[in-house]
Amino acid sequence: MRSTLAIMGKELRILFASPIAYVVAAIFVLISGYLFYSIVIYASSQSMQIMRVQGALPQINLNDLVFRPTFHNMAVILMLTLPLITMRLLAEEKKIKTIELLLTSPVPLTAIVMGKYLAALLVFTLMLALTAYMPLLLWYYGSIQWMPILTGYLGIWLLGGVFIAVGLLASSLTENQIIASFISFAAVLLLWLIGWISQAVADTSMGSVLTYLSIGEHTENFIRGMIDTEDLVYLATLIIVGLFVTHRVLESQRWK
Amino acid sequence: MINVQNLTKRYGDLTAIEDVTFNVEKGEILAFLGPNGAGKTTTMRILTCFMPATAGTATVAGYDIFENPQDVKKHIGYLPESPPLYTELTVTEYLGFVSKIKGIERKDRAPALTRVLERCALTDVRHRLIGNLSRGYRQRVGLAQALIHNPEVLILDEPTTGLDPKQIIEMRQVIKELAGQHTVILSTHILPEATAICQRVVIIHKGRIVAVDTPDTLSAQLRQSEKVRLTLRTPSPDTADKLKTVAGVVSVFEESSADGQVFMVECELGRDIRTELAAQAVRGHWGLIELTAVRLSLEDVFLHLTREEPKQEESKEEVLKGETS
Repeated sequence: MRSTLAIMGKELRILFASPIAYVVAAIFVLISGYLFYSIVIYASSQSMQIMRVQGALPQINLNDLVFRPTFHNMAVILMLTLPLITMRLLAEEKKIKTIELLLTSPVPLTAIVMGKYLAALLVFTLMLALTAYMPLLLWYYGSIQWMPILTGYLGIWLLGGVFIAVGLLASSLTENQIIASFISFAAVLLLWLIGWISQAVADTSMGSVLTYLSIGEHTENFIRGMIDTEDLVYLATLIIVGLFVTHRVLESQRWK
Repeated sequence: MINVQNLTKRYGDLTAIEDVTFNVEKGEILAFLGPNGAGKTTTMRILTCFMPATAGTATVAGYDIFENPQDVKKHIGYLPESPPLYTELTVTEYLGFVSKIKGIERKDRAPALTRVLERCALTDVRHRLIGNLSRGYRQRVGLAQALIHNPEVLILDEPTTGLDPKQIIEMRQVIKELAGQHTVILSTHILPEATAICQRVVIIHKGRIVAVDTPDTLSAQLRQSEKVRLTLRTPSPDTADKLKTVAGVVSVFEESSADGQVFMVECELGRDIRTELAAQAVRGHWGLIELTAVRLSLEDVFLHLTREEPKQEESKEEVLKGETS
């Protein structure tokens, strides 16, 4: 546990010493903010229209109208930006040979994997926390329901957790950061796209298997405001599998 | 302190080291000598539990490297060939991190840090980023990293490569001071270094140990002839022939230098022909400016032992093992 924290601390120190964490966080907040803004503009113009037609203040659902698309946008932006946070985690250690220090120190491999995962997860959590102004703003000027927003955030947080686990695994496979980021992006994209194929073969058993495997399917409920154990199990499993395979990859590389 | 038995490491069909057996006593400094790609780094990586061996066993500080790797790691300080440094951290931050992962108790960390900063002469640069330090300082930070948990055994992979002559002397001094309290294995392909700081030398070539002994014994054993170096300013064309006529001379090699022609005169073992050579030089008006008996250095021993190395195979080994020189 102590060594996990030591590795995590070092990782955070390096992430914040280099510009990468700031750049990624800034881009994430900027783009998601821009999209949020345009959605809000659209929603307000729509409510104006409704008001003109009905002649009364409409009861529009900001959760549905604004936050569902916003969470979807966040998911896509994270798919593009989180690989940039995770790409250096292990690839860099191998490239500059600091992995020799870690592997010849009395720390278990699990501590190395977990320390790095938690560091990236913490950075991501901070990134996500920066978007809290969105619900706060609409809560102040309008009326929103908090529960669906919190479950939406939980869903996005777990989704990011999966992206990070996949990114860490990709980073363990190579010493080239560019390749690591590309592999993780491709893997995550694939998890996403499975959902599209499943729609084409929807009625077959194959279709239901593919639907189950698709990551988008499992975050949808969270965004709608539901916490389903099935989704929790799915996302947690992906994270655990990602971390476990990373551990095995590192172990097997010692034997080469 | 270190006991290595028949250690073998294969990468597929390629044998990196084979049947490596040696012992290191407590407090001793042992040099691992060999050309690039001989298996020095591989052996060290196995001893530090970075990678497992294919066959054979080893114990370090009483712990088996296969049975108790975590205990072995606690008692070893390792400086790899390229010091494992995080350039984004300051020296203090970095050593603080290392002290945590080496399992030093919280209360002992600060004294340990002060001790290594002093020992490696890093106190002045302790708040600077490692990325901004010169090569010499980086190497010292690497050494500090290996020393911070005060390990019984130190394994240093080519600790002086890339340093300037002054830094090399300083680094050697630091390593020499470590003897006694620490058991040290260091690898090098620079032979004077082994002679200068080590009590014993292991010569490794193509993955096999070819000799284990003190530098003096090794050179004594292999001395087969006496050599005299003769520098002449104005030699005549028949100088070499005339030198060969001196009693006891076996062969003469000629080469030019800035001062004049250099003649390496080899003669039978146990004969001192320097006076005869001097007399000959004066008689021929060759302008004698230097006459020295050449002792067989470790360098010669080394070349002798590793003479018939097929170049091709060696370079192949190097690539496959990823041992960078």
